Amino acid sequence: MACEVFAPMTTDLALRASPAARSSRRPLESAVVRFAGDSGDGIQLTGLRFTAATALAGNDLATFPDFPAEIRAPAGTTYGVSAFQINFGARAIKTSGDRPDVLVALNPAALKVELPVLKAGGVVIVDSGAFAERDLKRAGYERSPLADGTLDGYQVLAIDISRLTLEAVKPHGVSQHEGLRCRNFWALGLVYWMFDRDREPTRAWIARRFADEPRLVAANTAALDAGHIFGESSEIAPAYRVEPAPLAPGQYRVATGGEALAFGLLVGAHLAGRPLFFASYPITPASPILHLMSAWRALGVTTLQAEDEIAAACAAIGAAYAGAIGVTSSSGPGIALKSEAIGLAVASELPLVIVDTQRAGPSTGMPTKTEQSDLNLALFGRHGEAPVVVLAARSPADAFDAAVEAVRLATRFMTPVYLLSDGYIANAAQPWKIPDLSSLPPFPARLCQPADGARPFARDGETLARPWVVPGTPGLEYRLGGLEKDELSGAISYDPANHQRMTELRAAKIAGVAAAIGEQGIDAGPPTGRLAVVGWGSTWGPISRAVSLLHQRGVGDVAHIHLRHLCPLPRNLGSLLAGYAKVLVIEMNSGQLQRLLRAELLLQAVGYHKVAGQPLTIEEVEAVLLQHLGGGR
Amino acid sequence: MSALPPPTVTAKDYASDQEVRWCPGCGDYAILKAVQRALAELGARRERTVFVSGIGCSSRFPYYLATYGFHTIHGRAPAIATGIKLVNPALDVWVVTGDGDGLSIGGNHLLHLLRRNIDVQLLLFNNEIYGLTKGQYSPTSRPGTRSPSSPEGSTERPVSPALFALGAGARFVARAIDVQQKPLIEVLKRAHAHRGASFVEIYQNCIVYNDGVFAAFADKANAAEAQLHVVHGQPLRFGAGGRRGLALDRKGLRLVAVTVGEDGVTDSDLLVHDETNRVLATMLAALERPVALGVLYCEPAPVAATAATPPPFGSPELAALIEGRLRRGELWTVGDAGATPAGGQPR
Repeated sequence: MACEVFAPMTTDLALRASPAARSSRRPLESAVVRFAGDSGDGIQLTGLRFTAATALAGNDLATFPDFPAEIRAPAGTTYGVSAFQINFGARAIKTSGDRPDVLVALNPAALKVELPVLKAGGVVIVDSGAFAERDLKRAGYERSPLADGTLDGYQVLAIDISRLTLEAVKPHGVSQHEGLRCRNFWALGLVYWMFDRDREPTRAWIARRFADEPRLVAANTAALDAGHIFGESSEIAPAYRVEPAPLAPGQYRVATGGEALAFGLLVGAHLAGRPLFFASYPITPASPILHLMSAWRALGVTTLQAEDEIAAACAAIGAAYAGAIGVTSSSGPGIALKSEAIGLAVASELPLVIVDTQRAGPSTGMPTKTEQSDLNLALFGRHGEAPVVVLAARSPADAFDAAVEAVRLATRFMTPVYLLSDGYIANAAQPWKIPDLSSLPPFPARLCQPADGARPFARDGETLARPWVVPGTPGLEYRLGGLEKDELSGAISYDPANHQRMTELRAAKIAGVAAAIGEQGIDAGPPTGRLAVVGWGSTWGPISRAVSLLHQRGVGDVAHIHLRHLCPLPRNLGSLLAGYAKVLVIEMNSGQLQRLLRAELLLQAVGYHKVAGQPLTIEEVEAVLLQHLGGGR
Repeated sequence: MSALPPPTVTAKDYASDQEVRWCPGCGDYAILKAVQRALAELGARRERTVFVSGIGCSSRFPYYLATYGFHTIHGRAPAIATGIKLVNPALDVWVVTGDGDGLSIGGNHLLHLLRRNIDVQLLLFNNEIYGLTKGQYSPTSRPGTRSPSSPEGSTERPVSPALFALGAGARFVARAIDVQQKPLIEVLKRAHAHRGASFVEIYQNCIVYNDGVFAAFADKANAAEAQLHVVHGQPLRFGAGGRRGLALDRKGLRLVAVTVGEDGVTDSDLLVHDETNRVLATMLAALERPVALGVLYCEPAPVAATAATPPPFGSPELAALIEGRLRRGELWTVGDAGATPAGGQPR
């Protein structure tokens, strides 16, 4: 099927054809759109604008940016392709979508890389003007895919966006190069029309963003408008309608997992009434948290970009010793370096939060790809018997709550707390209902005062936590260290019975956290039955959606149980899981939670392990669940 | 803090109840005494004083002082001290380390603490050996040092702690000998007074694994000819009767030892110590005979303007600031009428 290349249409507003009536738009419950282009094409920016417009349209949404592997690859090559995917709909959206329904490919390399994920029969919009011989060659095409049948089976819109954009921006005195850089806004305008999005806020955004250069404001706006008008008047683009989703009333913003997690640490420290100290070292994909923290000096946050990962953990420990909430953050390779320091925090019983934004390992692995293979590291990665609390966030919005919880537990029990996130959560975004701070229950951390009469090593009867004795407090001067210490006096002790007792106390303190974390609930499905699928971290989205789809189709005998707390495990988890004939653990590692549950609960859990650097797809989870339910649809 | 007059204290007031366990004759005893005396002379408040150490014989130090103390992990005391000082700048933080703890595993952290000019006093006990782990050679051991891990004699070039500190950008570098109480106490007090990272190298004798390694300049018999006690504004004199001194060989850009009255050398040929001169400090630090002791370099950085203090965590004022940040950017409100843009701050 040859693709028609459309001649430039007039951009005169007055001659615009009547817009498609709302009722003639095809209703969709949800849609997945993927923008792709060269890293210089403004794809991320385009995706973010579409996200904002979609949020304002009232849809629920989830986004995922797919950054190129290199900082600046040679233009037009496949490893320079940058993509942005958004899943949005009239219902709860839990993943950024298995496969796009609409693919916008601004250059041949983008088409080459992204076409395989497009749904059969999906819409592909290409800038035919960017498919010259030289561009094709750079992308690795022998022949033009627009003419050789590659695009058979899809709805193809091959539009000379390059030429149309240059036409639209001509009156505004921009160079050819500048003009072509407005192509993304042209494409955005078209996609806005296809999904009936209000482009006014984007026009306002352009005016602010390029306020220093009015001709760029005019050019980008003209491109945006031209794309939109093309949609209206050419009548070749499909038109859809996606109704607002039932979101809880409140004030919203879009937040990535990294942002939400950082907000959670900030709010957590505020609720604890202790200053926040954050130390980390740049590492993909955790650096955004450092960048955010660095911008909060005016709020009293102390941020240190340390000289290395170990220094970051140590500085955070020093900060906790001095009375702050010490937080250190990294990804796998950096967390591995922090092991000894975390052991010191265990031995000195200080409130330290360790954030691990997991990525594909081992060693350098795949820094920009997601995985959840650091659970073992979090649970066991210290020499000696050094138990810590381990939590995991399940989505960008949940990262806020998990971070607040991490601070709460760290201060209540005077212990290091691991907070596991991953590259997907960190970069994905979803609408986040901004909490009213006054509605969040505070958990003020108390510093030991001289009048308490407490000794620095005496434990709280309920939590087994040491008091927080902070330098500067008169009359309580004491010496702390990593050497084993006497249970009561805190003096260095090599006494055998004391070491046995201290080892048991440290374990008992962490086990006792179970009393403060509530019982494990069921995310969906029956309380007993044939199959329970257990997950942790970002697999929540695909598992939840897959289970939901099965339930909708009448396959009701599958429950989804998703863990936030990995250590200690919730008290009722064993009895909860015992109610199912089969427990299937789905995770993005080789079975780390599966092995944990088998060992701790004496449970014959089976596993599905995906270690591909990609999130699970809803489709594959459905297939796995059906397989374990004994086949048959 | 109210301006109370300093309490009348003695060195004993800073001693903890712990029995000191270093080897009899170890130089650390002398250093401990000097530190306790210095604290007393400074009227240091125990509750505001923190000693942070790493691992090694040196690092047992905090246990013997009745102040706050944190015995941390090998090489990392500077990083931990950085966290402490950044959170509570009102604390008086001392870091105690050794040549192994501070220049081997801890070299990187020492470099950055000095570079960042964190306002702590860092005492490096240099005994040119690993004591606690039973005698291996260290980064400051002389070539040829025989030890359990260098049975044929070490072949590595040692690093000079003072030169390292200057190279890292330290603004206060001083040296002392463990048993010379008065000069050591003086250096400790000067270090304390300096605003910024104060690096003090203390030649410390390890009586068990490296006894007498500094005898060539530290022994009483050699002291006059082999020790140069520098004083800002005073000529660089040493030797019996102060007749010897340092002059500059212009051609070779070297310090040369000269004798006043010989070869036409007069008093005016002698260099005068200027502790704000980094080039001079570097040359003094590199001198092997005589060994320069005292405050080699002291040039405080300009004091940065203090930023406004934010409201404390937990306060309603901070809650308002946090709310403002959460609600920065593009917002929308979901109500009964669907989504409407809300008045957030543009990014």
